[in-house]
Amino acid sequence: MISLSRIGAITFKELRQLRRDRLTFGMVVMIPLIQLLMFGYAINTNVRHLPVGLVDMSHSALARIFVQSISATQVVDFEQHYLSVQEAERGLTRGDVRAVLILPHDLAKRTSRHRMIASQLGIPARDDQQRALGQWIVDGSDTMVASTINRLRNMPLEDGRGILTQPAMNTFEVTYYFNPEQRSVVNIVPGLVAIILTMTMIMFTSAAIVREKERGNMELLITTPLRPIELMVGKIIPYIVIGLIQLTIVLSLGYGVFNVPMRGDIEQILLASLLFICASLTLGLIISTLAKSQLQSMQMTIFILLPSILLSGFMFPYEGMPEAAQWIAEVLPATHFMRMIRAIVLREADIVDVSTDALWLLGFTVVGLMIASVRFKKRLD
Amino acid sequence: MEELIVAEQISRVFGSLRAVDKLDLRVRRGEIYGFIGPNGCGKSTSIRMLTGLLTPSEGSVRVLGLELPRQAEALRTRIGYMTQKFSLFDDLTVAENLKFIAQIYGISGKAAKQRLKEQFDTYGLNQLRQQMAGTLSGGLKQRLALAAATVHRPELLFLDEPTSAVDPENRREFWEKLFDLSDQGASILVSTHYMDEAERCHQLAILEAGQKRASGSPAALMAEMGANVVEVAGTELRQLKQQVIASPEVLSAAQHGTRLRVLITDRIDDPIGWLLQQYPQLEPQQLHPVRPSLEDVFVSSTGAGARQ
Repeated sequence: MISLSRIGAITFKELRQLRRDRLTFGMVVMIPLIQLLMFGYAINTNVRHLPVGLVDMSHSALARIFVQSISATQVVDFEQHYLSVQEAERGLTRGDVRAVLILPHDLAKRTSRHRMIASQLGIPARDDQQRALGQWIVDGSDTMVASTINRLRNMPLEDGRGILTQPAMNTFEVTYYFNPEQRSVVNIVPGLVAIILTMTMIMFTSAAIVREKERGNMELLITTPLRPIELMVGKIIPYIVIGLIQLTIVLSLGYGVFNVPMRGDIEQILLASLLFICASLTLGLIISTLAKSQLQSMQMTIFILLPSILLSGFMFPYEGMPEAAQWIAEVLPATHFMRMIRAIVLREADIVDVSTDALWLLGFTVVGLMIASVRFKKRLD
Repeated sequence: MEELIVAEQISRVFGSLRAVDKLDLRVRRGEIYGFIGPNGCGKSTSIRMLTGLLTPSEGSVRVLGLELPRQAEALRTRIGYMTQKFSLFDDLTVAENLKFIAQIYGISGKAAKQRLKEQFDTYGLNQLRQQMAGTLSGGLKQRLALAAATVHRPELLFLDEPTSAVDPENRREFWEKLFDLSDQGASILVSTHYMDEAERCHQLAILEAGQKRASGSPAALMAEMGANVVEVAGTELRQLKQQVIASPEVLSAAQHGTRLRVLITDRIDDPIGWLLQQYPQLEPQQLHPVRPSLEDVFVSSTGAGARQ
């Protein structure tokens, strides 16, 4: 017989203690607020304004026109001019620039032989004489930088006479659903809900039981008729409320400040979040029964948090990861919620559409609560 | 009389340490039973085994007819336990703490209000209801802890060194409360390292290194001490102490102001005559036989005294 009044006693006690712990109380609001603003602005997968260098061997007006039209894309900023390739390589090594464009001395000849321009001038194109107009040397260690420069390979160029080099016709047409303007923040904000909730929910509850052990309150609690499941449930209820507050902060700021569309129903969002909050809190409780000190519980929280950020699909698409990493990701509640919240918020999906993930979170919570209750012994030995 | 606690040959081993070694214990209803012993003698470990918090490595425990630790849950509502370290919540007020404990014991609504008021009155906490428990003085903390441990009117109360951080006046008051509880029918097991507190108990067990050295009522213990006490008055007592302590017949010698209290084993029939014979510098008028105190009992049954 589980006593609701005992659960209530624990819940109210937690709320009172939380209210008096000003810093923690502040973090409840500040963590989602600051992190959303920070990451909403900072995380951007559309790379722009890369500092690059130029080695212009042609010293021609044509080179200047090309450089101007490349700059106009805003993908790169020409910040350095080098006299030789060797000098440019040193600049790359030092990190002054991320890439260097080398325009050869026969730029004009190469331009006039370029297939697109040649055909417009009525000159028969001779394939064996075609050469690229210039050469990019790229610091390829950052693959995102590399692929950004790579996209310049086929960019159209104007040669000053109004004649353009044009890439070949598209093989396929592509239409972007759900995020037509391709703004990263649209994908980031719902993902941030998962990350922030993972962090705060696990952190709060993982400390919850250890703290009482450290302060000596546990010896008192275990001599009372309080049952482990009552203690567990009583402890997570206040944090469910806090989780929902944080959810509201992130999503409403995302909508208001970053214009992230909220296509799904509020109830669907709440239901999915509730499942995830419960799963995360349960995970925190399990940690709490394992840890001997608050420091240990914090270490374990970080241990869960990092893969939740890196493997859950928040940073990189889940499908692109190797199979082993996908298995690890599947274990983490954050991965399942990441799919659900993005589906519901951005793609107007129902909880039914993501029922596998929903059921998984539900199962995680039930099994987790049982594990935490069983692990929690009302003994000191 | 009914035996509330029956512990038979209980031991508890932590790694290579035998914290409690083959302890036998019988506590009857209505008694205030004292555990006395130095720090680390196994008092807390024993209490934890008797409350079902620790599983004995050997031996059996029955408390209020329940077998521990198997039936520990059934025992919870019938006992009160006051931990050695203050274990209520520092960041809750006095009233909030007490209300919380009442709720945990299933006392709510009107009954809780009534019970809390009684406890505030009994333990003089009325003025402090809104004060944070963490900011209370040592004595007040103990009063609050006792109020919390008795909020559900337990039949049996376990108190683990309840007065170790309390000044003498508050200790005296605290013991008055214990006698009130005893009068109301509660049985109490209390551990302490203060002799004056031990003397107030109905029954005592002297513990050392996890073993029971002696037990019984304070009066009986003093009567059956196995040593006689002689007080030596005079000067140069420090040197005399060094001399007498060297004899195997002397269990201990302790200076109290201008007198030296010497415990002499009862194998010596005439302790005063023996002293005069051994130490010719002493004059008969310097020596007086005195009634043994509990401290003498403690000294004679533990440490060097017990090994003789």
